[in-house]
Amino acid sequence: MGKITNEELLNSIKAKFESDVTEVTEPYGLLTFETSREKIIDLLTFLKTDPALQFIYLTDLTGIHYPEQEKQIGVIYHLHSLINGVRVRIKVFMDENDLHIPTATTIWDGANWMERETYDFFGVIFDGHPDLRRILNVDDMTVFPMRKEYPLEDPNRVDKRDYFFGR
Amino acid sequence: MKTHLLLDDNDPQSELSTLNLGPTHPATHGVFQNVLQLDGERIVSGVSTIGYIHRAFEKISEHRPFYQITPLTDRMNYCSSPINNMGWHMTVEKLLGIKTPKRVDYLRIIIMELARIADHLICNSVLGVDTGATAGFFYVMEYRELIYEIYEEVCGSRLTTNIGRIGGFERNFNDIAFAKIKKFQKEYPVVLKEFENLLTRNRIFIDRTKDVARVPAETALSYSWSGPLLRAAGIDYDVRAMEPYCSYEDLDFEIPVGTSGDVYDRFLVRNAEMWQSLRMIDQCMAKIEKEPKDVFHADVPEFYLPPKQEVYNNMEALIYHFKIVMGEIETPVGEVYHAVEGGNGELGFYLVNDGGRSPYRLHFRRPCFINYQMYAPMSRGMLLSDAIINMSSMNVIAGELDA
Repeated sequence: MGKITNEELLNSIKAKFESDVTEVTEPYGLLTFETSREKIIDLLTFLKTDPALQFIYLTDLTGIHYPEQEKQIGVIYHLHSLINGVRVRIKVFMDENDLHIPTATTIWDGANWMERETYDFFGVIFDGHPDLRRILNVDDMTVFPMRKEYPLEDPNRVDKRDYFFGR
Repeated sequence: MKTHLLLDDNDPQSELSTLNLGPTHPATHGVFQNVLQLDGERIVSGVSTIGYIHRAFEKISEHRPFYQITPLTDRMNYCSSPINNMGWHMTVEKLLGIKTPKRVDYLRIIIMELARIADHLICNSVLGVDTGATAGFFYVMEYRELIYEIYEEVCGSRLTTNIGRIGGFERNFNDIAFAKIKKFQKEYPVVLKEFENLLTRNRIFIDRTKDVARVPAETALSYSWSGPLLRAAGIDYDVRAMEPYCSYEDLDFEIPVGTSGDVYDRFLVRNAEMWQSLRMIDQCMAKIEKEPKDVFHADVPEFYLPPKQEVYNNMEALIYHFKIVMGEIETPVGEVYHAVEGGNGELGFYLVNDGGRSPYRLHFRRPCFINYQMYAPMSRGMLLSDAIINMSSMNVIAGELDA
């Protein structure tokens, strides 16, 4: 459907950011790769402004938490090139003790609330964000509830343990 | 900085007043709070507070098997919950690699387009109410009722539908459902035409809506707007055409676009989309005639709950029933992003699965949440009464906003 293939897209990104693009995969046809937070703004700007790519649309920005990984918290960007009809997913992982990443509000105004939501639920601090406050949770909340260490149900509850169900 | 628009800062009358619009204001159709600084009737600045009905759907989803997440999606955009339900089902089907039969796709399109009509007709008729024309609202409301009756025939409930299952529908459409859809096809065009006659060329309505809250296309894109709002600004982005899902590629339809992005254009775009939805329903009704009549779900026994009488009488059905309910089915590890065109724009599901019984992470790209962030900035300099109809035409649904 798209006018450029994932391979061409990857090649044009790699031509400029050769060493910064890692972990390239294509789950369900959507080009996915990781990069570093030092390069993320340059990369997003390049994707948005390059005349052949034109990823002008920030579809989604969210976070994810992998407690077992060395770099636990990830920020995930979904971009969409409306001209070429192709999407791309970019991930940036960070250490839990140093959750700073430059803001994308300098590129898209719409990143504002998406970043606030990510901060609210994962505690990622977007440097340079104009108004980084909690958005859906109450202001005096002290934790970041979407992290995996906060279980949904009372951890003392025993009646739902897996061994009762043969798991 | 000069905050006052009309008077000198030294003028004794140059005092701004603060208005708490919401959280439960009758003019805001939902739980939204905006603290506005007013200079007379003109808005100087505003701050939106959201999250009043945040229910942690993303967190709850991490503890539920896939089929139990469907009722959560109902409660996001409750004006068109079947689109949310089916968007979620299609996301899971994409993850599992399930191919649904054509008849299921067409039945889904019928229900999704009915839901889109229900969503748009509420938005547009309430826009009429907010500008002072109550009659149109009562006029079309009868047909939302008919749409809800169709849902009722198909799934048994009206507002929070939980319609369909992973792989298709829980039961086949009955004759009453088809009769009601045919009634809708026959009667709604007349009513919609009449509704358009009431408002589209109405001088008062045009005066209230034209050039109110104009949004240039660049701004709309920068704010990641989608749906009728983006199309009213002149960008022909529609997920149904851009990345067809659920056999939308078999249908013939147009994407209406506006030019200025103002409230009037949004109204026109939504009306035009209702006509397109009717066209799609007509085409699907014709297409399902050629498909086998008893197909209403894909053949995926590992994920599709067997009928109850089978569970009691058939060993395989009992095993699958147990496995599905207890979440014992292996699912592929992977991540998938699936977008559908919801009532308000691109409704996306970002699902990360680790092979367990529930998603590792599920994120909803909620169009309302992303559209609404521009509300406070764009209200600056606007009249309070215009800000009200601007919110009305953005069709912000609190459930979708707060997840």
